[in-house]
Amino acid sequence: MSIQVSHIHKRFGSFVALDDVSLDFHAGELVALLGPSGCGKTTLLRIIAGLEQADSGNVILEGEDASERHVRERQVGFVFQHYALFKHMTVFDNVAFGLRMKPRGQRPDDASIAAKVHALLDLVQLDWLADRFPSQLSGGQRQRIALARALAVEPRVLLLDEPFGALDAKVRKELRRWLRKLHDELHITSIFVTHDQEEALEVADRVVLMNHGRIEQVGTPEAVYNHPATPFVYGFLGSVNLFHGRVEDQVLQVGDASVPHATGGFASGAEVFAFARPHELSILTDPNATEGLAASVVRVLSFGVSSRVELDGRGSAAGQHFEVELPQAEVGKLALQPGQHVRLLPSRLRLFERSTPG
Amino acid sequence: MTAPAASAHHGARRVLPGFRLTLGYTLVYLSLIVLIPTAAVFLRTMDLSFGEFLDVISSPRLLASYRLSFGAALLAAAINALFGLLLAWALVRYSFPGKKIVDALVDLPFALPTAVAGIALATLYARNGWLGSIFEGLLGFKIAFTPWGVLVALVFIGLPFVVRTLQPILEDLETELEEAAASLGASRWQTFRHVVLPVLTPPLMTGFALAFARAVGEYGSVIFIAGNIPLVSEITPLLIITRLEQYDYTGATSLAVVMLVFSFAMLLLINCLQSWSAKRTGRTA
Repeated sequence: MSIQVSHIHKRFGSFVALDDVSLDFHAGELVALLGPSGCGKTTLLRIIAGLEQADSGNVILEGEDASERHVRERQVGFVFQHYALFKHMTVFDNVAFGLRMKPRGQRPDDASIAAKVHALLDLVQLDWLADRFPSQLSGGQRQRIALARALAVEPRVLLLDEPFGALDAKVRKELRRWLRKLHDELHITSIFVTHDQEEALEVADRVVLMNHGRIEQVGTPEAVYNHPATPFVYGFLGSVNLFHGRVEDQVLQVGDASVPHATGGFASGAEVFAFARPHELSILTDPNATEGLAASVVRVLSFGVSSRVELDGRGSAAGQHFEVELPQAEVGKLALQPGQHVRLLPSRLRLFERSTPG
Repeated sequence: MTAPAASAHHGARRVLPGFRLTLGYTLVYLSLIVLIPTAAVFLRTMDLSFGEFLDVISSPRLLASYRLSFGAALLAAAINALFGLLLAWALVRYSFPGKKIVDALVDLPFALPTAVAGIALATLYARNGWLGSIFEGLLGFKIAFTPWGVLVALVFIGLPFVVRTLQPILEDLETELEEAAASLGASRWQTFRHVVLPVLTPPLMTGFALAFARAVGEYGSVIFIAGNIPLVSEITPLLIITRLEQYDYTGATSLAVVMLVFSFAMLLLINCLQSWSAKRTGRTA
């Protein structure tokens, strides 16, 4: 089912949670609402579900205005960060809950309820836990049961609020992959909220980036990662090194250092923010080099495929921290020592006009 | 709690200190305050032969008083369970002007000397009192000096027990559970019946048991409004006092034994119900 939200405003007291948010979710896609805490992503999800009312604006489910409809009638499945399983019921009863609460006329008989519950428990691979109580399950198992419970009423939309937020890193990663697989089997329109950019980029078909109650960018994971529209998006989707600089002919002047850069699109003299990812910086150890930013090595972290070098700025960049990611072999060749003076040269820079907020 | 097996080698050393001290203190204290006085009641009764004892405790006037004492206490506890639930719900879930005052009012039956409460209730519900004139004058329903008067007094003194046991549980109840139920299509009533009430049942039973126990033993607030008419509105504690005033100590302790055994049996039953419901719903694993 397709979902549209249009011009949603929501305030809590003087705090603006959502400020004129409009979005389209296509049928069958899996969308991530990504942003820092307090950006309004959970509020938006709850408004779509009908657990919260917008101050103004509409929620349109399959072309039909559902703004006034109660959560009961919206046919949405909602999965909570802390599972919200009924502790006094077995796993089976939890999953059967939605079916048993149906009005008498539509309620399936006990045998078909049992068949359906077992099918769902099979789907989440936990049929052997049917007689247990939620307190006897691990966090990951609880969340899968919560998902089975939400699916039991055959919702038209699945809404997940930080579904893996309370789980440890390993289980998170496992469930993430599992959710993607489940979605590919069921093709139910799903929206999930997360503050973990890796989770959003890995699982979703499209990512909606939100900040301060507004939408910063919408796009596929590749698009938002490779072509961030705002400094916020650039900063949120990975580690960054930030430079404040001024555009001059063919170079970017950062303090007293100049960095070569194609300045396309920017007038000479424009004040800009320049961003570079850790892997887009290279380290020059030649003491006679004049290009690039002066910095000194703080720490070298060599584990994994690539090594990380942490540096402090010197001269005009004093007080700033930089992070560079290099292949293991290259770090070995450079033989960096803590305290060593080096220069940083960006291979690629992304510029944003200074006046843009963020 | 089972002690970790590994510690058996070291003479069952525990992580938490003070086990012997606290257990010893607990036993001495309980003996002095509860056990020895209770035992004395039983010992005193031993002055009577079993036949005499049965005669003393089974006179028609006494049988009527048991019925009233335990019947009214049960009914009052049930009423308090229902309205205490409503009160606790309103106090926890909604904010309204004067909420703090209402919250403080709940404790009033705890704080008020029972005799004061009794006199106040008797004045209020008597034929010429504010409420009495309405009930008796307009509706023709006598409350003061009837068993109904006893019930009113017992409801009054039992109210805080249910409210105060339910409040913390209600405060901890996640609203997410109700939201989850609603998103699964449950109506307001279904959510209450299947999601909220099962969580509230154990504290509700505890509150009920406390209110009941208090009501069975209540004396001060009841005697003024009860009228104390033999066979109609006499409560058992009043008959105990009457015996004492006649220096019939054995008779008084005989009645006390009956009350003790009855109350103990009731509380045991409630406790059993509680643990049964806990087991049924997997709260004790």
